[in-house]
Amino acid sequence: MHTLSVAELSKSLKNKEFSSVELTQHYLDRINRSDLNAFITVTDELALSQARAADAKLANGSGSVLTGIPFAHKDIFCTKGVKTSAGSKILDPFISPYDATLSHKLNIENMVMLGKTNMDEFAMGSSNENSFYGPVKNPWNKKMVPGGSSGGSAAAVAGRLSPFATGTDTGGSIRQPSSLCGITGIKPTYGRVSRYGMIAYASSLDQAGPMTQTAEDAALVLNAIAGFDEKDSTSALRDVPDYTKSLRDSIKGLKIGIPKEFFSDGLDSSVEKVITESMKEFEAMGAELQQISLPNSAYAIPTYYIIAPCECSSNLSRLDGVRYGYRCKDPKDLNDLYLRSRSEGFGDEVKRRIMIGTYALSAGYYDAYYLKAQKVRQLISEDFKKAFQNVDIIMGPVSPTTAFELGAIKDPVSMYLADIYTLSANLAGLPGMSIPAGFSNNLPVGLQMIGNYWSEEVLLNAAHQFQTQTDWHSVLPENI
Amino acid sequence: MAWETVIGLEIHSQLNTKSKIFSGASTEFGAEPNTQACAVDLGLPGVLPVLNKEVVNMALRFGLAVNAKINQHSIFARKNYFYPDLPKGYQISQFEIPIVGKGAIDISTEEGGVKMVGITRAHLEEDAGKSIHDLYEDHSAIDFNRAGTPLLEIVSEPDMRSAKEAVTYAKKIHALVQYIGICDGNMQEGSFRCDANVSIRKKGSKKLGTRAELKNINSFKFLEKAINIEIERQQDILEDGGEVVQETRLYDAVKNETRSMRTKEEANDYRYFPDPDLLPVDIEDEMLTEIKNSLPELPTEKKNRFISEIGLSDYDAENLTAQKSLADYYEAMLNDGAEAKLSANWVMGELSAALNKNQIDVQDSPISARELSELVKRISDDTISGKIAKDVFKAMWKGNGRVDDIIESQGLKQMTDVAAIEDIIDGIIANNIEQVEQFKAGNTKLLGYFVGQVMKATQGKANPKQVNKILNDKLS
Amino acid sequence: MSLNKEQVKEIAQLAKLSINDSEIEQSTIELNNILSLMAELGEIETDHVEPMAHPLEMSQRLREDVVSEADLSEEFQAIAPKTGKQHFLVPTVIE
Ligand SMILES: [Mg+2]
Ligand SMILES: [Zn+2]
Repeated sequence: MHTLSVAELSKSLKNKEFSSVELTQHYLDRINRSDLNAFITVTDELALSQARAADAKLANGSGSVLTGIPFAHKDIFCTKGVKTSAGSKILDPFISPYDATLSHKLNIENMVMLGKTNMDEFAMGSSNENSFYGPVKNPWNKKMVPGGSSGGSAAAVAGRLSPFATGTDTGGSIRQPSSLCGITGIKPTYGRVSRYGMIAYASSLDQAGPMTQTAEDAALVLNAIAGFDEKDSTSALRDVPDYTKSLRDSIKGLKIGIPKEFFSDGLDSSVEKVITESMKEFEAMGAELQQISLPNSAYAIPTYYIIAPCECSSNLSRLDGVRYGYRCKDPKDLNDLYLRSRSEGFGDEVKRRIMIGTYALSAGYYDAYYLKAQKVRQLISEDFKKAFQNVDIIMGPVSPTTAFELGAIKDPVSMYLADIYTLSANLAGLPGMSIPAGFSNNLPVGLQMIGNYWSEEVLLNAAHQFQTQTDWHSVLPENI
Repeated sequence: MAWETVIGLEIHSQLNTKSKIFSGASTEFGAEPNTQACAVDLGLPGVLPVLNKEVVNMALRFGLAVNAKINQHSIFARKNYFYPDLPKGYQISQFEIPIVGKGAIDISTEEGGVKMVGITRAHLEEDAGKSIHDLYEDHSAIDFNRAGTPLLEIVSEPDMRSAKEAVTYAKKIHALVQYIGICDGNMQEGSFRCDANVSIRKKGSKKLGTRAELKNINSFKFLEKAINIEIERQQDILEDGGEVVQETRLYDAVKNETRSMRTKEEANDYRYFPDPDLLPVDIEDEMLTEIKNSLPELPTEKKNRFISEIGLSDYDAENLTAQKSLADYYEAMLNDGAEAKLSANWVMGELSAALNKNQIDVQDSPISARELSELVKRISDDTISGKIAKDVFKAMWKGNGRVDDIIESQGLKQMTDVAAIEDIIDGIIANNIEQVEQFKAGNTKLLGYFVGQVMKATQGKANPKQVNKILNDKLS
Repeated sequence: MSLNKEQVKEIAQLAKLSINDSEIEQSTIELNNILSLMAELGEIETDHVEPMAHPLEMSQRLREDVVSEADLSEEFQAIAPKTGKQHFLVPTVIE
């Protein structure tokens, strides 16, 4: 059962080949046997009761295409009555009293939540090593990182511990782990999916999306989670198409732009080879390739690593030990309460980013850092606007390398540099995707596709067409 | 040494919306602690703000009322600092581009002139919760009900030169926000709070002195006292050769002193930046026009009308328009047909005195505008004298019934029967031969004595005008 | 621009994070390494560029002034580290 996609499971459930309870129990057993550390919380009882409710719906024929399908939430989405930690000690005691809009949307489909997946603390990281709950292992090679920050979700899907999982992407956190774990992940246009109830890292960059086995599954899940939310001022008031409708469109004549900046010195040559070959595949399907330039994308790293820390330094101020979350033992006064609760509660990388952001926003430095970064952000997004006058989709690598060894990168700056290809899409607010494109040294390589604003359909269709021609997405890690 | 005082005010005016500025929680005053603080107000992880339309409307009403520049594109920013009653670790406020820009308002000066006070800006922001320090041992308690209540912070130019002037300005703004229906003005409940920036400089100097910001002032009386005590403090320091420190000071009404607020003294760097959870507020021309057309008559317009149309003095018109509720009351009397000047005297005289003495707001007055206008009409139509009317007023205040019933039941109606009054006067002349002699000899002051005797004999019910006339006839 | 230890301590206090003396050295080095990454932005001419605060060109949507939230104080206080009868509690604050 666990090798089936969401689309296939949906048919099987409808045909009563197995019940949602059986399916759920099967996944729960797999999770319990797994040593990937992909989950922070497993919600066995809740899952089974949701599965029973789903079975009742399926029995009377009132279920939707997603009813009864198990899935896992990145532990950044607030889920009522369930611990929502964001991978942090400071929220380890936090049982959310409310549901995120995205959680609510999946609940009303009568889906089954298996649990909450591990992640880099507050989504800050590219390796999942910054979790209070320990690192996640890559199902393809357990010595390797799964990527981050949605590493638990990526490992859970790649290890077939869940048919799909939710993720969030602030600087590549859906696409990079999807690439490193060989699954399909899409970060929609900023504003497409509500951020209400998704614990904020950097508000102007964060966007939620599905992490799945196939593009078709991504379309199914995106159908359920996309759309305007009156609780989120930054969510877009615009119609949501049925993303499954355009999956059969031919991509003949699709114009693909290949930014030369995405093939710079830092790119591993075997990764480059996989990317180049997958582009040839697109060409063979009738797409037209053309070289483009995104000249300012080289500045994406400093721009991102100013803007995101500035926003997070403020977003994480609410974690003060007063109303919820971790409070230090016996604070001797208010200042002590603040200092110790926060210092004991946050991990090193989070503290680093809070410090950088606090500094960059402080009097006398604001113009040189924050304002400057906002201006360069404008230039980066203008590059894309220009590019999309001539092409329909931009393609390149997701990550300069395949999954690296746990503990191999200790220096924060080196870790930041690996985000080079994913950051610009967040800065511009554009949709981006990673799809399995091949292997290098038995580790998966993801192809990145960046679309114009609101063109998720174009991305999903191109990805689906690719997946009808290739089977990289259905290759499984050993022993699964 | 001659010193000049420079005062600017920051007024936090609580907007009287039903729900909060960024959430759907109620803003009603007096609820049980924390029962009106929702997930957004408490800053739970993941929650987001959505702006209340009414809050924007109200800010625009104010802006238009003070002829301010309206920024049709304004930005919300975060002001970052840690405090237990500040749930998110930042206050959502407006920094670089506030919704209301430069404007001005006229105030009357002590010398009877008019002075223009500049308004630097008025920006929207959310209120914080409330810390209570005396409820639990070793702990401060936080009630977040107030968190997220919409505020309009009205910042003046440092244009005021005395505590009195500052109070006049504050009262003017206080009246204005109530006129345009954006704030209930209740200072006890904290709906209208003044912070005063006070500095002094040598007379003639152009350079501003170092200022202190006075907080925690909850009445106009205290505003005046706090400023005066602070001026004295700064003078003492400067005259002793010291330097004033720029700081926030708390006014202690019990001790009548200001003292430094240590907790807020830490080097604050608010790290303002645009709130990424909120988008720019864009105001369409149409919305602006609509609001402009919906504005009621403003205090200054009303005052001018009272002078030009009704013929009130500047003083009367100023007093009657200082408070919207008082002006409404007065106008209701006019609508009932009561005589304008007499009504003005009664509203500012007996009525205001009684309200003050009993600490009652005019809208809760036990005597309605309709009832008081009946009383005034009975004076105008000579049914009762002004003196008797005061007794009737007292009876009405006690709830003894309506005007005509009181006059009837207590027999207070004026005597208009000339023959009866003549009889009484004849009797008095007969009994006061000596005084009559003196009067005829030229001591005309004695007329008052005779009038008094008549009024005494008639228990005040004789018409004084008639009595005067008859007396004059009979004695000459 | 490079930070010294004193500045790092000030930033930490502003951010309500404590850094003890054994960590300060390492923290200062790390933060300066990160900041040196930012120096690249100085190369770009941005004098006439509008700062971009937000990826979408949208205006703030305004909600109707309606009370929509129920009293959930019990649930909210159940997850608080320390509460009194109806209040959230912190160590005494002296004003
Ligand atoms: Mg202020
Ligand atoms: Zn303020």
